[in-house]
Amino acid sequence: MIAQVPEIRISQAQLQPEAGAPNEQRPAEEHPREISAIRSFLQARGNSAMADRGFHWLMVLCALSIFGIVVLIAIELVVRSKLAWGQFGFDFFYKAYIDTYTKETIYWDPVNGHFSALPFLYGTLVSSFLALLMAVPLAIGVAVFLTEMCPGWLRAPLAFITELLAAIPSVIYGLWAVFVLVPLLREHVNPWLVKLLGWTGFFTDDNPTGLGFLAAGVILAIMILPIISSLTREVMTAVPTSQREAVLALGATRWEMIRMGVLRNARIGIVGAIILGLGRALGETMAVTMVIGNSLDIQRSLLSNGNTMASAIANQFAEASGDLHLSALMELGLALFIVTIIVNAFAQLLVWAVTRGTPSSAH
Amino acid sequence: MGGDAGNAVFGALRDRDQGTASRAGEEKLSTEHKLKARLRTVTDGAATFVAVLSTILVVTPLVAVFVYLVYRGASSLSWDFFTQVPKPVGVEGGGMANAIVGSAILLGLGSLIGVPMGVAGGIFLAEFGRGTKLANAIRFTADVLNGVPSIVMGIAIYSLIVVPQGHFSAFSGGVALGVMMIPTVCRTTEEMLLMVPNAVREAALALGVPNWRSVLSITVKTASPGIITGCMLAFARVAGETAPLIFTAFGNVGRNIRLDEPIAALPLQIYVYALSPYDEWHRLAWAGALVLIVLIVLAVSLVRFVTSRGVMKGAS
Repeated sequence: MIAQVPEIRISQAQLQPEAGAPNEQRPAEEHPREISAIRSFLQARGNSAMADRGFHWLMVLCALSIFGIVVLIAIELVVRSKLAWGQFGFDFFYKAYIDTYTKETIYWDPVNGHFSALPFLYGTLVSSFLALLMAVPLAIGVAVFLTEMCPGWLRAPLAFITELLAAIPSVIYGLWAVFVLVPLLREHVNPWLVKLLGWTGFFTDDNPTGLGFLAAGVILAIMILPIISSLTREVMTAVPTSQREAVLALGATRWEMIRMGVLRNARIGIVGAIILGLGRALGETMAVTMVIGNSLDIQRSLLSNGNTMASAIANQFAEASGDLHLSALMELGLALFIVTIIVNAFAQLLVWAVTRGTPSSAH
Repeated sequence: MGGDAGNAVFGALRDRDQGTASRAGEEKLSTEHKLKARLRTVTDGAATFVAVLSTILVVTPLVAVFVYLVYRGASSLSWDFFTQVPKPVGVEGGGMANAIVGSAILLGLGSLIGVPMGVAGGIFLAEFGRGTKLANAIRFTADVLNGVPSIVMGIAIYSLIVVPQGHFSAFSGGVALGVMMIPTVCRTTEEMLLMVPNAVREAALALGVPNWRSVLSITVKTASPGIITGCMLAFARVAGETAPLIFTAFGNVGRNIRLDEPIAALPLQIYVYALSPYDEWHRLAWAGALVLIVLIVLAVSLVRFVTSRGVMKGAS
């Protein structure tokens, strides 16, 4: 083949170092049309070193823009939240104010300029924790079923369905929750919970709407399930088959094989997947905003209305009264940004620790 | 770690064997072992049952969401939905033509920003920076950026573009969506490019093709089905995003195609209508949700179809 194109004058100096072994015997011609295009191009081209360098730097620039975006977001949030930070400092995250007239505890009072993010922090933690409590066992169950037990013909459709669950937009989950889940909880589940577990104090029937932490937790659980289960699946697939065979060869049942051979080896990655799900739950906005009830108090009952950091921003940002209010919301956003970055970075490191070397497929 | 597992099983087996070996009339012991063996079988069955049950529990909400969505959406979908703009409360009819057009504009603008930047970033990661510290840092940052809540992205773009401009605009909404697309596109592009065999690159370079040309018209072209898949996934993801649009695109009840004015978007309109107290608007919200989900499912299914047929058919 090389003999057929003597008119191309290749000098070694023009070749890139990555060019590998140009003397290697190429297999039979596969793309004659591409070759002739290359030939005509080569005859027309001039010096490509500049173009090469330019292209390289263009790509570097685009890749660096990802850094730029993160830095820009951080700078914007820091600058805009300076006012609130200067006013409240660390008080912003835990202080409670007493209303001068009603003598009630008050946390977030735009009218009098008192801002404390405590109810939002509390709500974010409670709703995310509820979501994890429901989602994690189910997600691991699904992952185990799909990787170890599922008959071949069922695997692809089920994986597709869990993928679809991840693709449904947050606002549609919210819509469904408002019209289906919340009435269901209100009519059937909540009265039953109050009767059964009312003595714990976590379930009181003083909220007739059906909105609240529980509704938010359930919808969040549905939303983070696919993320956790698909990552867990990825991690479990990365466990070498020889591990499974070794445990089975020692006479283990299938469950023992899964527990000792697969789950134990994949546990770091599974923890990573769970933390990644937590990161998603912390920042999830629309569906939660639609069902959590948006109160500004802290209540013990899981059936009462609450608020999360993200839903507070979504609700109040457009109608923020005054610079201080806006700045306080920005600070809330900054806190959310920092927390999710830490959580995600940590989770990513854990997942990478397990799947390193195996190309991941689902993203 | 595997040794652990092996030891545990082996230990259990050894116990059992010793039990049978030292039978010497110890019937009690042997029944105990029988019980143990039965317990193991039962545990195995129970685990299988739990796994199957949780799969069913996971599939149920999807089916529930989907069936209910199709049921409510299809019954309120009409031709008017696609051609009319929203009518005032109390007036029958009306549609979401403005939101559909608005979503198309926002997504187009977003893709215009997100796809080239993302693909270029992916090319850097796979072709130039392979194994370098910089590439690892960028890959890590992209994954982290992927997890930044969309509402945070929304307020950042708000203070970056909307505040200096002094008004909400379609442009800022498009930028917000575009920025959200970059990490997804970048990572899938990288993964797809890594699947292209090195021989293809070497063949091009051996013929004296300049590196940039080899990357663009040989490597990227070979991986293009996979890269398009990644772009579609990113597109499907941002198509349903509401949070970053609340403070950027803002919404608009009238028709608008100007980039410097507030513009309506399908998810935004669904959000507003869902929380309104009017049945007519609820109806429209369901119809909008159906249109949105059909769009997204089509994109995802297409992706699935393409990937299941072998992305790298041309390469290997």
